[in-house]
Amino acid sequence: MDKDFAARRRRDLIIAAALAAIAALTPLFVKDVVVQNILILTLMYAGLSQSWNILSGYCGQISLGHALYFGLGAYTTELLFTKFGVLPWFGMLAGGVVSALIAMGLGYPFFRLRGHYFVIATIVIAEIGLLLFHNWEWAGAAMGITIPIRGDSWLKFQFLRTKLPYFYFALALCCLAWFVTWWLENSKWGFWWRAVKDNPDAAESLGVDVFNSKMGAAAVSAFLVAVGGSFYAQFVSYIDPESVMGFQFSLLMALPAVLGGIGTLWGPVLGAAILIPLTELTRFKFGGSGRGVDLIVYGTLIVLISLALPRGLLSLFSRPKKTGATR
Amino acid sequence: MGLLYGLIAVGLALIFGLMDVTNFAHGEFLMIAMYLSFFLFAFFAIDPLLSAPLVAAALFIFGAVIYLLIVRFAMRAKANAGMVQIFTTFGLAIVMRGLAQYFFTPDYRSIPQSWLGGKTISIAGIFLPEPQLVGALVSIAAFAALYFFIHRTDFGRALEATREDPGAVALVGIDKNRVFAFGWGLGAALVGLAGAIMASFFYIYPDVGASFALIAYVTVALGGFGSVFGAFAGGIIVGLVEATTALVLPPALKSVGIYAVYLLVVFIRPRGLFGSI
Repeated sequence: MDKDFAARRRRDLIIAAALAAIAALTPLFVKDVVVQNILILTLMYAGLSQSWNILSGYCGQISLGHALYFGLGAYTTELLFTKFGVLPWFGMLAGGVVSALIAMGLGYPFFRLRGHYFVIATIVIAEIGLLLFHNWEWAGAAMGITIPIRGDSWLKFQFLRTKLPYFYFALALCCLAWFVTWWLENSKWGFWWRAVKDNPDAAESLGVDVFNSKMGAAAVSAFLVAVGGSFYAQFVSYIDPESVMGFQFSLLMALPAVLGGIGTLWGPVLGAAILIPLTELTRFKFGGSGRGVDLIVYGTLIVLISLALPRGLLSLFSRPKKTGATR
Repeated sequence: MGLLYGLIAVGLALIFGLMDVTNFAHGEFLMIAMYLSFFLFAFFAIDPLLSAPLVAAALFIFGAVIYLLIVRFAMRAKANAGMVQIFTTFGLAIVMRGLAQYFFTPDYRSIPQSWLGGKTISIAGIFLPEPQLVGALVSIAAFAALYFFIHRTDFGRALEATREDPGAVALVGIDKNRVFAFGWGLGAALVGLAGAIMASFFYIYPDVGASFALIAYVTVALGGFGSVFGAFAGGIIVGLVEATTALVLPPALKSVGIYAVYLLVVFIRPRGLFGSI
């Protein structure tokens, strides 16, 4: 292994640990509920985007249908909880497994598609899921599911009086997604994914199992996103098809990674750290008018950042590489 | 109804299908056209059918300007161009929706009386709603015109050549930006036509485009990228499938049939029905 590369990976891990430690301490100083809420959402989107990045960034299979897995995670957890009394912790795991299995089932036909045909197929499948849940009486149809309040408990993972447990869970999720990415980046899978992204035909001819590496990326990505979905359901304690499976969600999940730097380790975190507070603040500041000013500001920002930094914000920090230079 | 989808899709077929530029703001173009036609009716009492050419002309300018101001730069991106196009046009769509909410308020509007609205015509005992009929005729005409345009004129050849190889095109003295700006204008004008016709029998509100846009993408992809005829066929298939699904499944699920057919088609033919790219 390249010494430079190993050093960079060690440095990444140390920075991540330091950031996580700082994040873990913030609730000691930030008591404001609104701000805490923004922090939780930021961490959640960082985690989701990091998971999305595994399939779409590293492996290059742009999915705009990840809302499907998010929604499946949320629905599996809450259906198990409200109908069968299964604790959300098991529901979370079940949702992840269901999503991963579905992702692989879908991957079987989907990964033959390329380019726009693939992207549209992912949008379409999420839309089918949305419509089915919309009309599924047993699962609450368009009314959705309200999670019954049983008092604060870790066992049932619901808290009314404090947001802190949610904060720590979101942080853990974000760290988990980051760590999985970090770990996979240097594994056989990580190298395969990048090869598949850059040139699937060449990769195939060199003995990379293109199909299975796409499947692996899809499964990991879907599992993590579904866990995020069940977290979100517990956090907002009310879900309906539109709010957990809508197309907007697929885009919102992709956006931090794209703005931060797609297919990079730090891109999603950086993107979420900037984008989500900005989104929430514009909504907070301009959203009250009900006349779409927040949308105008938000949309303009997206256009400007996409145009100005096609590689993402992270490209501002990267130094041009010199071949053969040692640090 | 199928040909109406076709009419919405024909503009997208040009921008997305032939020029290979992702446009996530297509539905918002439609929305703008519908509002334009509404205000022409409300203030000057011009029937949507008469104002259609005006709306199309306005949208032509709008589309070309959007290309020159924004999309041109999105296409210049060297790294992950696809995502840059997706999110630039998505951001644009959000801005347009926000502006519509700001200036026109989120209220639902409709044109109460028009030459077409609510009338039916009887042909050999089959009652057809007039707006749909006119929409269908305009749609066929628009497709025929576009087909002719792409395959028989210098502009059409220049457009396809520019998509294939912008560098080589520059060498023979074709200005890429002029060709594509014209293409965007034309695509927007076509969706303007669709908007003007739909304004006479559809509610108009800031989010109206979103519901049609996805079906338009599916229509184009179903027919296959790079094929005008494919988009036309896609439109007809989408319409037929929707009508059949509505008979079998509850109306709320009618789009499921369309999506399922798309998936089925691309699983069998990963390039769509008549796609060349």
